[in-house]
Amino acid sequence: MFKLIGKKIDSLLMQTGGAAEMIRSVLFWLGRSRFEWKQTVEQSVSIGVNSCGVTALTSLFTGMVLALQAGNTIGNIFGEPIFVGTIVSFSLIRELGPVLTGVVVSGRAGAAVTAHIGTMAVTEQLDALYTLGTNPTRYLVIPRLFAFLITMPVLTVFSNVFGVIGGYLVAAYALGVPGEVYFNDITTFMGVKDFMHGFIKSFIFAFMIATVCCYKGISTRGGAEGVGKATTGAVVTTIVLILVLDYFLTAILTAFGI
Amino acid sequence: MIEIIDLKKNFGPKQVLKDVNLNIEDGKITCILGGSGSGKSTLIKCLVRLIEASGGKILVDGKDVTKINSEVKLAAIRRHFGYLFQDGALFDSMTVGENVAFGLKYLTDVPPADYPKVVKEKLALVGLKDVEHLNPSELSGGMRKRVSLARVLAVNPKCILYDEPTTGLDPIMSDIISELILDLKHKLGVTSVVITHDMNSAFKIADKIAFLHEGRILMEGTPEEFRRTDNPYVKQFVSGSSHGPIQMKIMKD
Ligand SMILES: Nc1ncnc2c1ncn2[C@@H]1O[C@H](COP(=O)(O)OP(=O)(O)O)[C@@H](O)[C@H]1O
Ligand SMILES: [Mg+2]
Repeated sequence: MFKLIGKKIDSLLMQTGGAAEMIRSVLFWLGRSRFEWKQTVEQSVSIGVNSCGVTALTSLFTGMVLALQAGNTIGNIFGEPIFVGTIVSFSLIRELGPVLTGVVVSGRAGAAVTAHIGTMAVTEQLDALYTLGTNPTRYLVIPRLFAFLITMPVLTVFSNVFGVIGGYLVAAYALGVPGEVYFNDITTFMGVKDFMHGFIKSFIFAFMIATVCCYKGISTRGGAEGVGKATTGAVVTTIVLILVLDYFLTAILTAFGI
Repeated sequence: MIEIIDLKKNFGPKQVLKDVNLNIEDGKITCILGGSGSGKSTLIKCLVRLIEASGGKILVDGKDVTKINSEVKLAAIRRHFGYLFQDGALFDSMTVGENVAFGLKYLTDVPPADYPKVVKEKLALVGLKDVEHLNPSELSGGMRKRVSLARVLAVNPKCILYDEPTTGLDPIMSDIISELILDLKHKLGVTSVVITHDMNSAFKIADKIAFLHEGRILMEGTPEEFRRTDNPYVKQFVSGSSHGPIQMKIMKD
């Protein structure tokens, strides 16, 4: 039993070390090699296209359910549904927007990245990169890291917009809150710092997803089965880390008054 | 000239290479024979540091590649080598043409406008024509190997490492590949290291054969010496018999 836990911790430490080594290599090559624009743009487009539909759908319904819950609860206490817009937008922009987007992006784009790089690893294509004058860091990791850093904030804004629309639909048609009041509740109480709060989170999630998914891909061993394992491993790890990080980021950012 | 001195490699507790000593001469074809899992790929991957050796030295023109610790210097050493991977390792997200042109951008001064010309030329060198637009998944085994070889040739390496170039091919295609390796030696004067367990191919192309067994080079010599050897291990391997001193560990690993 202890042996098993020890083994798990050992492998966790080794993977963290491996990922750190990869980031060191990213920093090393960042200034020393030609930037792979084509790869970066292709990846950004692929991440965006892969994830925007699901992001929109999940955010829409999350906004809707938030409005419904808020409206009902507040209605029960105060007799009428007030501040629905405020509650929906605060929850979305500070928390759920980045978290939902992160979960969707890791399930769609992150998994695709791990599967792709993992397949390259088990078919010696990563080795081939070294022998043809480049390496996996330069050719694969850096473009993907930038692609995630660019697309995640954009997708998060996208998610916020759909969530707010979802909330509006429920507020206006199920709760009878006039649209004017709903949007007024949002603009009166939301500030730039709330946007910053969500924005910083989405950046950090993007960095984490790119790091975990690329590292899991690069360290894949053991044929097709290995690729499958690496991919599920990457998705589980990123989703757990998103939720854990989200708590600590909220704590830290609010401590700094953001 | 590549000198491999006391090379060791273990994966965890498993000693794959125990003490490998071998010289590879410029402009010659050196074949490395050995059974599956004997560490042949591991050996040549150590040469280009795709795998880190656990001990020993590898001198390339007098310089020990195992001691290089700068990634930039390592890249500079790697550019002397071309590596033909066992299953081709073609990038499956690219066409054949893009695959062959891949190294040009990083390792040569060829302007991008000339890439199609170079690609055509290198594909012709391996006997292929009008395949640029195909995807790697559309190629047969023999074609994959040849496209992969064209990709290696595009960057003009001084030394080509072939990992089982004829494995999995029919006898005729195997012979075509063997001819190609000989051809490249004569035309371009490249140094070749060929890993194989195809005896026909080895006897046909090798200037020198080395037999890797249980982590050591058991015998080293010309094809003629291998044909006439009394060494029971080598004899068994050359004749391809299941009876002899080499016992396959069927139950183990
Ligand atoms: N990355 C690795 N991790 C652990 N063991 C490995 C690794 N690569 C190769 N091996 C082991 O080393 C031995 C030699 O492998 P390899 O060099 O590929 O053999 P060959 O090319 O002669 O068939 C095999 O038993 C293999 O299981
Ligand atoms: Mg091999």
